[in-house]
This record gives sequence, C-alpha cells and structure tokens, in this order.
Amino acid sequence: METVSTAYHRNLCQSQRLALQKNKKTSLLLLPFLILTLLLVSNFSFAINILPDSTIVADSSAAVADSAVVATVTEVVETVAPPTYDKGDVAWMLVCTALVLMMSVPALALFYGGLVRSKNILSMLMQVFVTFSMISVLWCIYGYSLAFTEGNAFIGGFSRLFLNGTFDSATGAFSMAATFSKGVVLPELVFVAFQCTFAAITCALILGAVAERMKFSAVLVFMVIWFTFSYIPVAHMVWFWMGPDAYTDASVVDAMNAKAGLIWQWGALDFAGGTVVHINCAIAGLIGAFLVGKRAGFGKEPMPPHNLTLTMIGASMLWFGWFGFNAGSALEANGVAALAFINTFLATACAVMAWTIGEWIFRGKPSMLGAASGAVAGLVAITPAAGNVGIAGAFAIGTIAGFVCLWGVNGLKKMLKADDSLDVFGVHGLGGITGALLTGVFNSPDLGGPGLVVDWVTVKVGYPGIGAQLWIQLKAVVLTLAWSGIVAAIAYKIAGLVTGGLRPSEEDERKGLDEADHAEQAYNV
Amino acid sequence: MKKVEAIIRTAKFEEVHTELAKIGIRFMTYSEVKGIGMEPTAKHEYRGAAYDIGFIPRIRLEIAVSDDMVDKLIDCLLKTAYTGKVGDGKIFVYDVAEVYRIRTKEKGDKAL
Repeated sequence: METVSTAYHRNLCQSQRLALQKNKKTSLLLLPFLILTLLLVSNFSFAINILPDSTIVADSSAAVADSAVVATVTEVVETVAPPTYDKGDVAWMLVCTALVLMMSVPALALFYGGLVRSKNILSMLMQVFVTFSMISVLWCIYGYSLAFTEGNAFIGGFSRLFLNGTFDSATGAFSMAATFSKGVVLPELVFVAFQCTFAAITCALILGAVAERMKFSAVLVFMVIWFTFSYIPVAHMVWFWMGPDAYTDASVVDAMNAKAGLIWQWGALDFAGGTVVHINCAIAGLIGAFLVGKRAGFGKEPMPPHNLTLTMIGASMLWFGWFGFNAGSALEANGVAALAFINTFLATACAVMAWTIGEWIFRGKPSMLGAASGAVAGLVAITPAAGNVGIAGAFAIGTIAGFVCLWGVNGLKKMLKADDSLDVFGVHGLGGITGALLTGVFNSPDLGGPGLVVDWVTVKVGYPGIGAQLWIQLKAVVLTLAWSGIVAAIAYKIAGLVTGGLRPSEEDERKGLDEADHAEQAYNV
Repeated sequence: MKKVEAIIRTAKFEEVHTELAKIGIRFMTYSEVKGIGMEPTAKHEYRGAAYDIGFIPRIRLEIAVSDDMVDKLIDCLLKTAYTGKVGDGKIFVYDVAEVYRIRTKEKGDKAL
C-alpha cells in the first residue's frame, strides 16, 4: 500500500516536473504573480483589529471643510459597538468615485484624443487607459498605504499594504475612515477607491504634455516612478491628517498635528487637489515637454487637432465627472458638498464665458476648442477652492482662470518654447496655481468664504487673514512645483535609460504611434 | 465627342447638377479636389497656434458628351456656376478619341 502511494507520488512529481519544463517560459512569467498572491495572502492573515473609535457623537452637520482629506481611524477600542456610517454618505461617495473614474476613461482620453493627429489617437487613448489601470493596481498594492497612513510628515507607512486590514473576512467587519465631521465615518474601502481614481487621473493628465512622441514603454516606466515618488508624497503632505475624532482634547492637538502631512501642518487649503492633482501633474508634464523634446516637424508643419467633436465630448464629460471629484471631496452628502457642487458648476461656466469672450476680442472669432479649454481651466481652478470659497469666490476664480489660462496657451507657451502638445501646463498648471492662491483669498469670510477650522477640538471656525493664508498657499504651490519637477526630471531620465530612449525613431514617429507602438489604426474607412 | 472638365465652387455643386439634369445630362464623374489659386486660403488657429490650411476646396466635374451637346452644356455651366467673384473656376474641353461601354461593348456616341 505504502509503495503504491509512494510510486504515485513520485509519478506525480515527475509529471509536474515535466509540465514545468515544458512550460518553463510561462512559469517564469507567472512567478511575479505567484509571489504577489503569496504576499497578499500572508498580509490578510495578519488582519488587524478594525473596530474604530468609540467616543463618537452623532453630528452630521457640516463642519466647514478644511483642506485636508482624511486619516484612517486606527485606535481600537474593543468594548464598544462600531460607529455606523450614514448610508446616504456611502451611496453618494460610491457614485462620486465612479464619476471620477469616468473623468479618466473615457473623458480625459477623448479630450486628449481629439486634439492629436489621427495617426496618434489610439496611442493617446491607450496611454490614458493603461496608465489609469496600472496606477489603480499600484494604489491598491502600496500607494494608498504610503499616502494615507501614519508615517512622517512626507510619506505614510506600510500598514495598509495590499489594503491589509480594511476588511476582515472572518468577522465581516470593515474598517472605517474619518470624514470632516466628528463622529461621521465611511467604510475605509470607499475612501480607498475614491482616492484611487484621483491618483490614477493625475498620472494620466501628464500624458497630454508628451503626446504624439513618447514611447509607450517609456510612458509606463515613467509613471511608476513619478507616481511613487511624487504623487504619493504630495498627497500625503497635503491631505493626510488624523481626522476630526482624533482631536479629543486640547492636550493632544500638538501631537495629532505632528502626525499630519507637512503641508497640512502649514494650514494650506486644497479641497480636491489643486496642488496634489493639477500643479503636481502640470509641472511633471512641462518638464517632460522639455526632456522628451519637440515633436518632429513642430513649428514647421501644421499639427491641427484631428477631431474636435471628441474633444468637446471629453470636456463635457469631464465637467460632469468633476462633480464627483469636487463635491465628493466633502466626503459626506452635506452642505459642503452642495457648496462644492454649485461652485464647480458656476466657476466652470464663468471660465467658458471668459475664454470665449477673450478669444472673440483677441483672435477675432470664438472657437469650440477655446470653449472646451475654458471649461477645463475653470474646473481646474475651482478644484482647490470648491468647498473652501463662497459663491462670490466661484465667480471670481472661474472668470480669472478663464483669462489666465487663455494667456497660458497663447502667451506663456511661446515664452516657454516647449512643445507642451496639449497645454497641460498652460491649463492645469496656471489654472491650478491661480485656484490654489485664490482659495486662500476667497476663503475669507469677508469675501463670502466659509473660513477654515482653526481648532479641531471644538471645531471652531476662523480665518488667519488674507496675507497670512495667501503666504501659506504660496508655500504649498512652490513646494509642489519643486518636488514634482525634480522627481519628474529624474523619472524621465531613468525611463529613458531603462527603455532605450524616451522616443521612437523619427520614422516611427512620422508613421504615428498607433502604428509604431500598437500596430493598429483608429479609422479604417 | 468631347470631354468637359469643370472646376466649380463646392457650394455650387447641387445647383449645377440639378440644372444639368434639366438639359438632359444625367451622367458625370465628380470629385472633391484641392487647389491653389488667386483666392486666399483659410487660416485656422488652435489655442494660439495658427495654421494656413494651404488649399482651396473645389469640385471637379468630368462629363463626356456628343458634339451637338457641348454648347448647351457649356452655356449651362457658365450660367449656374457663376457668382462673379474671384474663384468661380474654369472649364476645359478636350477631344475624345473613342468611348466604349464595358457592359455592352458598344462604342462611339452609342456608348455615351
């Protein structure tokens, strides 16, 4: 009996070995996934206590939104029942998350895709699609953990690697994340997903600056490096804090503040990502336009957009999705979300009008591309301000951003002498900076703004004064520009080395990246 | 037999071919063509980058007719394709050595 079993065993081993030899190549490819899966499983076996904070007073009234987003509630008090989230909040945030996903695929992809020449549209769509997906994977592996868990002032820790501890399959318990109101929580996975869409779209936005000439492989390598060393730290610096419930007593305030991100500690306001998303991606794009170089024939040959209808559809879907981006950044379905919603509506409309009127005056005729660009400029500028300014602020920020970005793509672009193909810096950079600075101004209660929370123990609202807040905002802008700019420069260099050059051969570039990188063609008519 | 080739304004095409049908000309070949001439070409501007599209769009008609129809055809074209402004186009008339209808193998006037 024993012999039989052994023989059987040996046979099995032999056949396995044979199979392995036969599929050596496949097995090698599968190895990383195997390791990944093992890591995943081992992480979940350490599933931590995920019962959240106890001392919760139900208070769903809107605390005036501060800039930062949220920290996960990590203190564990085992004797009390978990706080319940509001089903309305959860439903709202899930919808917002899906809306922000739509902003990347397809909205941003179409917006950019229409602006390139017909030989490069699939490359544009593909770069956005795959960048979005790849960053989403990295977000769930380590991005979320490094951005939104406790670490130092620059970066978080590894406690949420592979989203470890967000869901306990044994008990069915979900960990909770804080919002801006004391005692109001969200399932942490909702927050993970919401923030995932932000990380992914920020990376995808960069692609417009290097469109039509950067190799697909180089794009992906660049994205991994830039996401890890720029997006994650900046998100942590601006948005990570311990959450309102951590501020239980005046005695813990200093300790809790010290655990937050650096820019949050300064007191900078960034409601939905003026610094984290727009300034961050725009400077990385501009550096790319310099380092990757100009498109072949730039300045000599016409490179008109091949399909502005797609661009208009993309811009409109961006506007629609941006309600999730901005109003969702309130993290609750409340008054602040409503304020962010109407501001997103109004500022965008103002910027469309400003751009249209500006073009009518300076160019002679208003263009569809101008109106679509104006919408994006307004959306970008109102992003840091959405829940942080009043209606007057939305009027002012939208209108100013429309004119400033119009200059960005006409005047500034010529001064910079870079081939920022789809004007990522002109629109997202200038719009983001305009919005970030003016948020500090129009947050003032004297200018119709809601002010900001100066004491999270009592949730006291105040305002440090226009000059003081503007200075803080400026510091946040400069740090983001410098950080992202330097990381981007290094990331392009490494991507170039790893993939044997950032660009395809000139012949391939002339043929178009659809053919060169993807061996397909968008329009077979 | 003659072949008449006319370059006309794109906007005049509908009117021209309706009028030609009235005088009995129901067969023609036409194509969208690009040309350069005395008329200035259109300038487009995309976010500050100005481009001259570099050509003038026109329609080219190619019509083969029997000798007795040529004058009627030319008259009709001169009348309907006319606006009086620079860029109304030109008409070229060529002799045709022979015409064959592929389906029936007829030749000459019968093949027209």
